Amino acid sequence: MTQAPERTVPFDEAVDSYDPVIGLETHVELGTTSKMFCGCPTVFGADPNSAVCPVCLGLPGSLPVINRAAIEYTIRIGLALHCSIASWCRFARKNYFYPDMPKNFQISQYDEPLCTDGWLDVETGGQHFRVGIERVHLEEDTGKSLHVGGAGRIHGADYSLVDYNRAGIPLVEVVTKPIPGAGALAPTLARAYVTELRDLMRALDVSDVRMEQGSLRCDVNTSIAPAGSAQWGTRTETKNVNSLRSVERAVRSEIERQAAILDADGRVVQETRHFHEDSGTTTEGRSKEEAQDYRYFPEPDLVPLEPSPAWIEEIRSALPEMPAARRGRLQAELGLSDADMAALRNAGALDLVADTVAAGASPEQARNWWLTELSRRANEAGVELSVLPVTPAQVARICALVASGELNNKLARQVLDGVLAGEGSPDAVVSARGLVVLTDASVLAAAVDDAIAANPEVAAKVRGGKTAAVGTLLGAVMLATGGQADAASVRRLILERLGQA
Amino acid sequence: MSITRDEVAHLARLSRLALTDEELGRFAGQLDVIIGAVARVQEVAAAGIPPTTHAAELSNVFREDVLAPCLGADVVLAQAPAAEQGRFKVPRILAED
Amino acid sequence: MVTAGSDLTRLTAAEMAAAVAAGEVSAVDLTTAHLERIAETDAAVRAFLHVAGEGALAAARAVDERRAAGEPLGPLAGVPLALKDVFTTVDMPTTCGSKILAGWQPPYDATITARLRAAGVVILGKTNMDEFAMGSSTENSAFGASRNPWDLTRVPGGSSGGSAAAVAAYEAPLGIGTDTGGSIRQPAAVCGLVGVKPTYGGSSRYGLVAFASSLDTPGPLARTVLDAALLHETMSGHDPCDSTSLDAPVPPVVAAAKQADVAGLRVGVVTELAGDGYASGVLARFKEAVELLEALGAKVTEVSCPHFTYGLPAYYLIAPSECSSNLARFDAMRYGLRVGDDGSASAEEVMSQTRAAGFGAEVKRRIMLGTYALSSGYYDAYYGKAQQVRTLIARDFSAAFEQADVLVSPTTPTTAFPLGERVDDPMAMYLADLCTIPGNLAGNAAMSVPCGLAPEDGLPVGLQIMAPVLADDRLYRVGAAVEAALDQRRGHPILDEAHGIDPAGGASAEAGR
Repeated sequence: MTQAPERTVPFDEAVDSYDPVIGLETHVELGTTSKMFCGCPTVFGADPNSAVCPVCLGLPGSLPVINRAAIEYTIRIGLALHCSIASWCRFARKNYFYPDMPKNFQISQYDEPLCTDGWLDVETGGQHFRVGIERVHLEEDTGKSLHVGGAGRIHGADYSLVDYNRAGIPLVEVVTKPIPGAGALAPTLARAYVTELRDLMRALDVSDVRMEQGSLRCDVNTSIAPAGSAQWGTRTETKNVNSLRSVERAVRSEIERQAAILDADGRVVQETRHFHEDSGTTTEGRSKEEAQDYRYFPEPDLVPLEPSPAWIEEIRSALPEMPAARRGRLQAELGLSDADMAALRNAGALDLVADTVAAGASPEQARNWWLTELSRRANEAGVELSVLPVTPAQVARICALVASGELNNKLARQVLDGVLAGEGSPDAVVSARGLVVLTDASVLAAAVDDAIAANPEVAAKVRGGKTAAVGTLLGAVMLATGGQADAASVRRLILERLGQA
Repeated sequence: MSITRDEVAHLARLSRLALTDEELGRFAGQLDVIIGAVARVQEVAAAGIPPTTHAAELSNVFREDVLAPCLGADVVLAQAPAAEQGRFKVPRILAED
Repeated sequence: MVTAGSDLTRLTAAEMAAAVAAGEVSAVDLTTAHLERIAETDAAVRAFLHVAGEGALAAARAVDERRAAGEPLGPLAGVPLALKDVFTTVDMPTTCGSKILAGWQPPYDATITARLRAAGVVILGKTNMDEFAMGSSTENSAFGASRNPWDLTRVPGGSSGGSAAAVAAYEAPLGIGTDTGGSIRQPAAVCGLVGVKPTYGGSSRYGLVAFASSLDTPGPLARTVLDAALLHETMSGHDPCDSTSLDAPVPPVVAAAKQADVAGLRVGVVTELAGDGYASGVLARFKEAVELLEALGAKVTEVSCPHFTYGLPAYYLIAPSECSSNLARFDAMRYGLRVGDDGSASAEEVMSQTRAAGFGAEVKRRIMLGTYALSSGYYDAYYGKAQQVRTLIARDFSAAFEQADVLVSPTTPTTAFPLGERVDDPMAMYLADLCTIPGNLAGNAAMSVPCGLAPEDGLPVGLQIMAPVLADDRLYRVGAAVEAALDQRRGHPILDEAHGIDPAGGASAEAGR
């Protein structure tokens, strides 16, 4: 669909004049072994339609049976979000026709969600926000369509090809209450909330939460109202927001767009909008001739859920340390400043640093390696830090080799190159590449003498007290030794020879 | 008249039934009679009576999280009206949800 | 002594199983006799949509081999059966009487199909039915109506009319049907058979193509109460693939059928299930049956179930609501019929055209009625109220079962009606299930057992017996007692008087080989 870009107001102006209210609906695919209602695997990337059976394909006569683990995972999420767990609730059918939905209804929860009324603490821009959680409910995922013709987009496609492997994977929906009061921080708050939720899901071990594989997907609701207004504005729902960065951009672009409408005395239309990764903007969804009527009713093929207090307590007592608590503990243990913590979280390096320290490195070394050298390499490769082919234990070993003087920083970087290139462990790279610091005093002394002899003018300057000129001589020695000398020792030796020590 | 022809046309759209004009007229008349008759439920069902949605009083029926055999793509696609690249081939899709 | 030369099709299922077990008759002989009977009569009766001759003979041979190897055989091993075409079968098409599924070959067996196979029951084929089990006459089948073996100009009832017609025509000694609002009991009544709707959850729905999930109940059709009990026991029991299946022992129905004793049993006659709209012959036979029960030692009282009259309207909201959702999956995308896919039509258009072409009028009516009842503006007034009526009816049953061990009524207000009589009058058709619907709404067990012929048309009348949830055995005690007393009084089984296919008087002697 091609549309003329809509008018926008620069963000700073928009949030000066208007107060945004946001809300997020986040879908998380649970990492159960089998699907929500059948024994098919919850694999990603399998051959199309290879992980299906009569139940998840919705074949006539098939019936769903609830996966106990999916209920347990959902209760775990609910408890971690400080929700109340329903003592009795049911699944409902949400009826609408769509080719990727095998039964043309989705088994979901309607007015009886499993978990309600909780919260999640989130921080952005140095401010703390308590985001209210409206509900956490469980439903089944749909199949996936591949659009053929029309550049692979749904609009203009000639036909579509459907793979039902994803159909029936348990999907948890976490819905926030409306979040007012964030002002200019609304976009980053949205991002910080999804980040915190993702970290929580990981800590709870209920999902691999890989946004790039679609196991965490967001719908973002945004409205704005004139600053100070008691009433909230009309909201739009932006779908298809599938990265942390996009969550932030979607809120930002909706605020800019809606502000332009209100500035022109227009009216924001309540509608579904689609987010486009390429432009970072939203476009209106297909206008619907008639409002959706999902005709929800209690799923007659399933019986009610009645989680016992004993079961809920058992799940509660097995909850792991929550990410926020863990961060507090790590910050204290590692002696990190707030700024360090923020940098590490932004880089996704906190766990890596903690693990590197646990493997024996000093907190400072670990932080430096991950935030500088490794971050640079991850950026160059365009990947997350965590997927670099080096382990915290290997980084700790490199730190140890530097600390013991066996490697200098330059050699250490070469060792890292070797590890990243798949040449093996740091020790294997050291021995294979012959990377050791030159410690033979006579060899070093000869190299220093050679450098002084080759650069008499520079040597004279140093002798004359211009010690800053020593760099030229140092460089010549390092060049002559192939970088394997320890620079500090070489510098000391040159100054000694030239009577400046 | 408890249900109009337009309402029946709306129901047909919601139900994905491409009805002819003749059918719309006929069904409108029949549904009107039927809806008039079934509306009798409103005579007795007073407030405070809980609804019954299941004939059997069961709860907490679960399966364990273990794998069971799948059908195999060749088996499921064998009955498909059209298939391509191991997938079900369907006509172009209009709306996004 | 049974021999291969006598007319095997006239035996009861219990006799057939005993003969196979004793080696007097082979399962192959039994199957062959029934396939021949089908070949002779089904052009007139039209009970079967699909006859699986090869598969049936193979299953029969397997039973004979197991017997020869000295393996233990189940109580129905080698006995042929007619399976309603609403259960999935890997080796036969499953159409549900609908064009939209014509030719669909499921990749899996229903739990009941699998249990029958495991028990050595020989599935002869798939029987005709009202499309997706919506109807009371089989006239809603996309493949033409079945005929009543008592009178080929009349309906065999429905929706399990094909199975009932097959059993009444001696094409099979046993049939399986499904009962959502009376679809086993009503055809049993109008064909002079025993038909049972077990307690909801007592028989598995896995692989039963759903009409109304909270009501659908598979159950047996047979010519005798004992045969029904044997099939009931074979097909029932907990199924982990059906979340609504009861994890409880199958009630001792075979023992109860053999007990056949009502002495001291409290029998409640439901006041509301009689009166205007009931044929005089139906009421007369019903009255006699009640008197018979009293004569056999039962204590008969009258009980009132004031909300039963609201059962029909509640049913015609609940069942269509569930069906509107259950039948949404027939959309031309993954299996079944596809119409209008010309390369330019959208998926939405192809769905709508296919469903318009593939569903019959009654199915369309109910889908739209259910869509209406579930719509946001009408949900509370229709679906919500109907679910409350369901509670009231269940309470009526509870109160009645305080006063009585079983309840009785006519199964249907009339005997078999002529083909075509009600096809254009949906409300008249719906009345056929007036007496049977309360049992579906409450989920308890109910049976229809023949109680004679209506004097005005000489057609069979059914006595409905209703028992509390999981007290299915009581049905068989009462049913067997009534059957034994009436057979004795008459001097022969009631079906001997059915002359729609076989000439009067000579049926059992001449239909054999």
